[in-house]
Amino acid sequence: MQGTGGYGAGGVPSGPVQVAYICGDCGAENTLKPGDVIRCRECGYRILYKKRTKRVVQYEAR
Amino acid sequence: MGRTKKAGKKEEPAAAAAGAAAGGAAADDGPSTSYDASLPATLEEQRTRIICKPDRNLHTTSTIAASQWASLGVDAAFDLARFKRGFDISITSYEGDDMEFEMKGVSCAVANSLRRIMISETPTMAIEHVFIVNNTSVIQDEVLSHRLGLIPLKVDPRLFQYKSKEDAPSEQNTIVLKLKVECRRLPNGALENDKVYSSALQWLPEGSEMPDETSCRFASSQAALVPDGVRPVHDDILIAKLRPGQAIELECHCIKGVGDEHAKWSPVATTWYRLMPEVVLLQQPRGQVAEELAEQLPGLLHLSGSGDKATVVVGDVRKHDKLLEKVRRLSGEERYAPYIQLRKIKDHFIFTIESTGAWRPHELFNYAVQMMVSKCDKVLEGLQVFPNRSF
Repeated sequence: MQGTGGYGAGGVPSGPVQVAYICGDCGAENTLKPGDVIRCRECGYRILYKKRTKRVVQYEAR
Repeated sequence: MGRTKKAGKKEEPAAAAAGAAAGGAAADDGPSTSYDASLPATLEEQRTRIICKPDRNLHTTSTIAASQWASLGVDAAFDLARFKRGFDISITSYEGDDMEFEMKGVSCAVANSLRRIMISETPTMAIEHVFIVNNTSVIQDEVLSHRLGLIPLKVDPRLFQYKSKEDAPSEQNTIVLKLKVECRRLPNGALENDKVYSSALQWLPEGSEMPDETSCRFASSQAALVPDGVRPVHDDILIAKLRPGQAIELECHCIKGVGDEHAKWSPVATTWYRLMPEVVLLQQPRGQVAEELAEQLPGLLHLSGSGDKATVVVGDVRKHDKLLEKVRRLSGEERYAPYIQLRKIKDHFIFTIESTGAWRPHELFNYAVQMMVSKCDKVLEGLQVFPNRSF
C-alpha cells in the first residue's frame, strides 16, 4: 500500500492519492488519481475493480 | 469362534422352542449370554431374538434388570464369569481404513456406547483457523475455509494437547500449514496450478510465518515432536480451481478436537453395527415346498434329496445378505409361513468402522473401549463419595 498512498493504516496520505485497480475485461492494472476518467488504459473498458486488502483476514474453518 | 452349532448344550431352548425347529439350525450358536437356570423356551426366544415379520419386527427391546425373571426363579443379574464365557470378538475383514468385526455377548447399550464414542468423542487434528493473505479465486474466503477444515490430516492426535480459547497457540497444541499457489499459463499454453489439491498444503514445523498477524509463536520446532510429519490423508482432494492470474495464499492453524464439537474432528467417515441375522426353519419343508424354497433362495437354502423326499438345509447366512429381506417377505406368504422365519440375534453385532485415516480402525475401537472404562471409573469414583448408607 505504501507506493499508492492508500487510506489504510498509514494515516495522512503523502502526495496525490493513487489507487491501483484491476480492469474488469483485460485484467490489466490501472493506477488512478482523484478526478481521473474511470477507464482502462489498455483496452478502454469502463469497469474497474478495487484490489483485495493486503491485510490478513482470519476465518474459522467451520 | 465359529458359526458351527454347539451340539447338546442347554443354551438351545430357543431352537427347540416352537417345538418345531426340525433341523432349523441357523447361522449361529445359541445365545451367548444365557442364564444358568433356563427360562421357558418361548421367553428365551423373545429375550435373545428379534423376529422379523414382513410388516414389523417383534421383541425388539432388551431389558437388563437383575430381577427381571425373579418370579420364574431365574437370576438375571450380571455375572462376570458368564460374561467372559459368552463374550467373543473377531475381525472378519480389514482393508485399508475399513474394518468389519463381530462382537458377541454384550448388550446393545455397550455396543452403542462404543459406536458413539468413536464418532463424537475420539480426537483428531483438523484445520480450525484460516488466515487468508490473498484469495483472488472465485471461491469465497468463507467457503474455502470451510472446505479446508474438512480435510482429514494424517497425524497422531495423541502427540498434541487440546487448545482452549484462552490458551496461546504453541508447538504443543497447534499445527501450521501453508497454502500458496498461483495459476499461470505456461509458454506451451498449458495451465499451471489450475487445480489446487490438498497435496499443496505444506507443513510448517517452525510455526507461523506471520506471527504478528496470527499471534502464533513456537518456542521450538515441531519436527522432533512429530517425526512422521503432517500431511493430508489424501493428496487428491480438490480444494479450489484457479484461472491464470488468480492466486491463493493462506495459513491454516490446526488444533485438536472431537466430533462432538464439529464433525470435521470425527475420526470416522462413519461407524455402525447391525445384528447378526438368522434364518430358521420352523419345520422341515418337504417335497414341492422344499424345492420351491430352495429355488427362491439359491445358495442360502440347499436342497437335498428330490421328489417327495426333498428337504432343505440352511447355508451360510452371512454370505447371502441380499436374500435375507426375501426371507422376510416369504415368511409372510401363506404357503411358506409355516416353514421359514428370519430372526436377528440381539447380542451379536456386526460392527463396521470406516476411518478417515488419522487413526487405524482397530486403534479407534481400542480407544473407545479405554474411554468407556475411564468413564465407568469416574462413575465409581462419584459413587464412593456418597457416605455408606442404605437407601
